[in-house]
Amino acid sequence: MSTLTRAGTTRKPRTTADAVAHGRARRAARRRTVVIALAVLIVLVFVLSLMVGRTFYPPADVIGVILGQDVPGATFTVGRLRLPRAVLALLVGLCFGLGGVTFQTMLRNPLASPDIIGISAGASAAAAFAIVTLSLGATQVSIFAIVSGLAVALLIYALSFKGGVAGTRLILIGIGIAAMLDSITNYVLSQAAEWDLQEAMRWLTGSLNGSSWSQVLPVLVALAVLGPVLLGQSRNLTLTQLGDDTAAALGVRVERTRLVVIVTAVGLIAFATAAAGPIAFVAFLSGPIAARIVGPGASLLVPSALVGALLVLVADFTGQFAFGTRYPVGVVTGVLGAPYLIYLIVRSNRAGGSL
Amino acid sequence: MTVDHTLAIEDLTLGYGDRTVIEHLDLVVPAGKVTAIVGANACGKSTLLRSMSRLLAPRAGHVLLDGKDVHRLPAKQLARTLGLLPQSPIAPEGITVADLVGRGRHPHQGILSRWSKEDDIAVADALDATETVQLADRSVDELSGGQRQRVWIAMALAQQTDLLLLDEPTTFLDVSHQIEVLDLLTDLNRTRGTTIVMVLHDLNLAARYSDHLIALASGGIHAAGAPSAVLTEETVREVFGLDSRVIVDPTSGKPLMLPIGRHHMHDAAV
Amino acid sequence: MRRPKRLRAVWLLACLGVLAALMLVSLVIGSRDVGLDDIVAALGGSIDGFSEAAVAKRIPRTVLAVIAGAALGMSGAVMQGVTRNPLADPGILGVNIGASLAVVIGIAYFGLSAASSTIWVAIVGAAVTALFVYTVGSLGRGGATPLKLALAGAATSAALASFISAVVLPRNDIADSVRSWQIGGVGGGSFTSVQQVLPFLVVGFLVCLLSSRGLNSLALGDELAAGLGERVAIARGSAALGAVVLCGAVTAVTGPIAFVGLVVPHACRLLIGIDHRWLLPFSAVLGAALLTAADVVGRIAARPSEVDVGIITALVGAPFFIYIVRRQKVREL
Repeated sequence: MSTLTRAGTTRKPRTTADAVAHGRARRAARRRTVVIALAVLIVLVFVLSLMVGRTFYPPADVIGVILGQDVPGATFTVGRLRLPRAVLALLVGLCFGLGGVTFQTMLRNPLASPDIIGISAGASAAAAFAIVTLSLGATQVSIFAIVSGLAVALLIYALSFKGGVAGTRLILIGIGIAAMLDSITNYVLSQAAEWDLQEAMRWLTGSLNGSSWSQVLPVLVALAVLGPVLLGQSRNLTLTQLGDDTAAALGVRVERTRLVVIVTAVGLIAFATAAAGPIAFVAFLSGPIAARIVGPGASLLVPSALVGALLVLVADFTGQFAFGTRYPVGVVTGVLGAPYLIYLIVRSNRAGGSL
Repeated sequence: MTVDHTLAIEDLTLGYGDRTVIEHLDLVVPAGKVTAIVGANACGKSTLLRSMSRLLAPRAGHVLLDGKDVHRLPAKQLARTLGLLPQSPIAPEGITVADLVGRGRHPHQGILSRWSKEDDIAVADALDATETVQLADRSVDELSGGQRQRVWIAMALAQQTDLLLLDEPTTFLDVSHQIEVLDLLTDLNRTRGTTIVMVLHDLNLAARYSDHLIALASGGIHAAGAPSAVLTEETVREVFGLDSRVIVDPTSGKPLMLPIGRHHMHDAAV
Repeated sequence: MRRPKRLRAVWLLACLGVLAALMLVSLVIGSRDVGLDDIVAALGGSIDGFSEAAVAKRIPRTVLAVIAGAALGMSGAVMQGVTRNPLADPGILGVNIGASLAVVIGIAYFGLSAASSTIWVAIVGAAVTALFVYTVGSLGRGGATPLKLALAGAATSAALASFISAVVLPRNDIADSVRSWQIGGVGGGSFTSVQQVLPFLVVGFLVCLLSSRGLNSLALGDELAAGLGERVAIARGSAALGAVVLCGAVTAVTGPIAFVGLVVPHACRLLIGIDHRWLLPFSAVLGAALLTAADVVGRIAARPSEVDVGIITALVGAPFFIYIVRRQKVREL
């Protein structure tokens, strides 16, 4: 008996268990395809951003520089200017993607993204203060940022604790704290010796202008250390979507998972913000976009990270070359991300809100 | 088939903040039977259930599973023996039934383990038992209240626990779905021997579907035992502050409580 | 709790007294303190000497702080009444940033420079943003809950701020003023700007005050209000219009100032209850006092430079916002 089913196989699954396994395999295959496709796109845009500029360098030259060869003319432009910028864009995008989806999953609300509830605002206020007022070096700025990010997260948690933490209260308090921190950032910038618009742009919306290898290093270390920790909690994190009680009933240590996951997510966001500023909406949008293309029920950490990286790379590239003026990456993500953001809010409100 | 486990509570005191809800409560859950817990609102029914499943730490006293304090057991190990369906479980948007039921396998999967044939079989069994096989690929959001509740029970079943605790499993369902769910739980108890403890707000359904009925009041057990012994007019008056007539339900042989308000007292005097 | 009318009048007078005192303080204090005779002389019109000149500069600034604070206070009270939402505030809902963006677009692309046209544009921007945020926030279950409205407002604010940056960045000619469109201050006050915005504010105040009774009915819920004979759509629409005119006009002159509209109505409710016929004027007075005080603090906190009043209100208002959120029961959020 061979009947063509919707899935295209010619043998009808014989038992329920087979059907279950079949369904799961299909979802896993979809996720795998998406991850591979995203990775390929990222590589393409990465190489493209190394090739295009005031001078155009063919792929052979670019690859030569990456491999460490000395290609006349290209080594400086590509190696010193474009490569660190592209690498930073990639790393920062990965960090924001991971951090954003973690918060959204944990708080069971796509609107509860670290850039809305004040984590990014805290890191960027601290970084602005460290750079503009205290004139510290890159590593010290990162440390400042992560300490502030964690302090803000702790503050938000403490303030929303009233016999337990309610998601709605936490989000609202986060919005209030974000407003405070934004005003502090504005103040710090207004008190700068010279009103440097570029610098202001970096700390208000995020910018990759003037990226150097010294900025890349802390982010790379953060990703290498915190990334695996977060990925290890992937299954626990996905289960908390079912509600704290249900997750606990399934054997998840909810409070411990929450703590580990928050610290790593804040760390990733803080380090990325210290290097590039609070690039608008990347943390916010990566998760929901990944959820739409991967489908429901799957673990979103890796797809979201990749989406974040792709967003930053594409936005930076576009900001440099697509318009008459050079726009910093944060303005591009802010402007182009806004309609999708509103669409997400509308959809989330209609559905009742979960990632 | 399931193994019999003893779930016992010794001298338990529970509370939130500065409010004490349960005081010095002792209880043994009869293995292999269906137990229902009833009581007025805020009397501590859900609190008690949550402490049994380790969600709430006691101020004093112990919850013992096979003689061992549940708070000392590793979380996953407990989750393999005791399952809980809380009051308002959340289904992630767009998740399919099969996926959600599959989440119930978590206690059986180690940190690095992949899905095995056993997991698939367990999920399939759970779907079969709750008659949700045809719904396997549908999105949970689209289901009716009764279907959704069956799916949640399937998830708890996929955990393959010997004890199943349910916190108000019928509260937001309409009457036909309530019966659907309670019949399913009875099947589980009869065919698999699963010990079931459920908090119900409907006295009559609780009396009809349970082997052991517990009435909570004033932070402790007011009455416990067979439904016909517990559901009496005095108990209803003392626990709920309500006058009633208790008769024998012609369909099930269990006690049936008929509440008496201000308007029907002269009819009831007959 | 019933508030005897006499008590309310007492509180109102007390607040007016505080306001007057603050206005005086505002004239006295600054990067250089002056004496009373200097103030009298400057009020009389003479500007000989540094002290009198300083006072002369502070007069329009103080007046601007007073009327802006009054407008923001009343507009916040109206918004909270219209949306039945304790967290409504022109800043949180992004209305002020919307007004800012409209002005920036007008200046950058349409060469607007006349104050009256910028004020009109700001009002339109405020109205469009308010409508947008309210629509987005009220979709789905529960209507416009505080959480959904605040989130819609926060997201919209962030988006609009990006737009402002996008418009301003390539324009070196107006880049200098981008600061004032990101965060508000009353430092740029002059008599001309006060004169130009005054008619708009007067209209806004009148429309708001006339909708006081409507707001009292709306507080009971739309269905109940309609059952009591209130024309819900008109009441809500006119009140919202008044609020939007007030904050649009203010933002055109000062830039976006947040949290005044949030904090002031709550404080007023504690003192005089929830009758909007008293609440609105009281919010205006208290708002004026708050903004004047914030401006004074801004001038002395970092002498000789100053902190923009928008920053002070955020630093003071946000903790208050958090306090309000903590007080509410979760299901009301």
